[in-house]
Amino acid sequence: MITRIRLSVALLSLCTLAACSAPVGTWGWYVIDPFTPTGWTNIKFLFRGFSSTIQLSVLAAVASIIIGLVVALPAFAQSRWLRLPNRIYVEFIRAIPLLPMLFWVFYGLPVVLRTMGINLSIDPFWGAVITLALSDSAFTAEIFRSGIQAVPRGQAEAAQTIGLSRAQAMRYVILPQAVRRILPPLANQFIYIVKMSAFASVIGMEELTRRANELVVTEYRPLEIYTLLILEYLVLVLIISAGVRWLERRMNADESR
Amino acid sequence: MANIDQGTHAITLQDVSKWYDDFQVLSDVTLTVDPGEKLVICGPSGSGKSTVVRLLAGLEAHQSGTIRVYGRPVGAQGRGDVGMVFQQFNLFPHLTVLENLMLGPVRAMGTSRRDARDRAMAYLERVRIPEQANKRPGQLSGGQQQRVAIARSLCMDPKLMLFDEPTSALDPEMIAEVLEVMEDLARDGMTMICVTHEMGFARRVADRIAFMDGGQIVEVDTPEVAFSAPKSARFALFLDKILKH
Repeated sequence: MITRIRLSVALLSLCTLAACSAPVGTWGWYVIDPFTPTGWTNIKFLFRGFSSTIQLSVLAAVASIIIGLVVALPAFAQSRWLRLPNRIYVEFIRAIPLLPMLFWVFYGLPVVLRTMGINLSIDPFWGAVITLALSDSAFTAEIFRSGIQAVPRGQAEAAQTIGLSRAQAMRYVILPQAVRRILPPLANQFIYIVKMSAFASVIGMEELTRRANELVVTEYRPLEIYTLLILEYLVLVLIISAGVRWLERRMNADESR
Repeated sequence: MANIDQGTHAITLQDVSKWYDDFQVLSDVTLTVDPGEKLVICGPSGSGKSTVVRLLAGLEAHQSGTIRVYGRPVGAQGRGDVGMVFQQFNLFPHLTVLENLMLGPVRAMGTSRRDARDRAMAYLERVRIPEQANKRPGQLSGGQQQRVAIARSLCMDPKLMLFDEPTSALDPEMIAEVLEVMEDLARDGMTMICVTHEMGFARRVADRIAFMDGGQIVEVDTPEVAFSAPKSARFALFLDKILKH
């Protein structure tokens, strides 16, 4: 309900903005007018980017969560030497800006692999998935670490006294509780991934932003097209928000049932 | 000090010392508990009484001295051989009561789910709350939660039960129901070490009462001696304070 109100408010303000500026003559909405054949063709062209943006974001998010968890767990090892790789990974990956990393993975990685005797060409889609997943995993790892730390110590102690190993305690007692706590920040990261997926356009992946760029080049109407592009991302993000809120409600109901 | 014969005792602590950085929480604690014996440990806060049971549960490490539980070091016990009941219950909030009880047997002992369930229900009967089996801990009262915690330990078939101030976090009207369950357990011959200030419980159940102060065991008495003629002035003063109200 709240989501719907917020969506309408956002749309309304954008339309108002457009309406106010119309007399000045800066806007030309015909370019994406669904009631003209060209406008409708353009809209369909732009909307076809949805599926790649969604696929890219979902794959990257899933990979990021898996990598993040694998990276986070050694942070709780008793040995300092086991904890070290966690710190190094997080600090190093977190420090690389997304765009240079995208270039490095897409253009550089195949070259590096070739020198190692591995012939692997990386297409724009997988290049973007790998980059987004790696880049985000450092943050996911920190989220997992903080979530695990937030579970009271007594839980691990109780698990130990009923005979569970450290790994079992993590799997059956600590992680299930940590995941409930980190759901909101994980959702945040997912939204971040969806938005950062726009960078995939620069290595030629045909997602939402790339299609908008291409249309701008042929139609010379950047303001209208990028406005629609922003709305496209807004819709995606609002859907995610609603989904996460539903999940949170379900999990809370679960805990007190 | 002569070495204690470790064979016949359930627990032996000999010259056990423990430090947190520079602060010494236990100094040269020596204590034995026989199989089936019920020992109550009392003392002012910071006296090290919780530390003793936490060492026995393997939750903390000591720096010098030896600890044996049934003749073996603490880490070398079978899974769940030493049961522990905490002041804060520490039930698993994301699992139902039944799942709390089944987790140890299923995962640590490899019991089948059906056997674990039967066992869990039997122990829930025993702590008198079988009707709460499918609720989450958050929906139970403190007294009920603590009884579930006791049942959870019992499901692992422990040879020794440790209680760390099991009634201190409870509202007064719920203390009795937990103590009743513990007395029940005592009658069945369980070896128990209980840190508590419930002196009525100590009088009824304990074979011996150990008084700790400043990281040392000041004296160990039978309840009769403790309540009529404590040997040390510190114990007498302590009893005077907690028995007055």
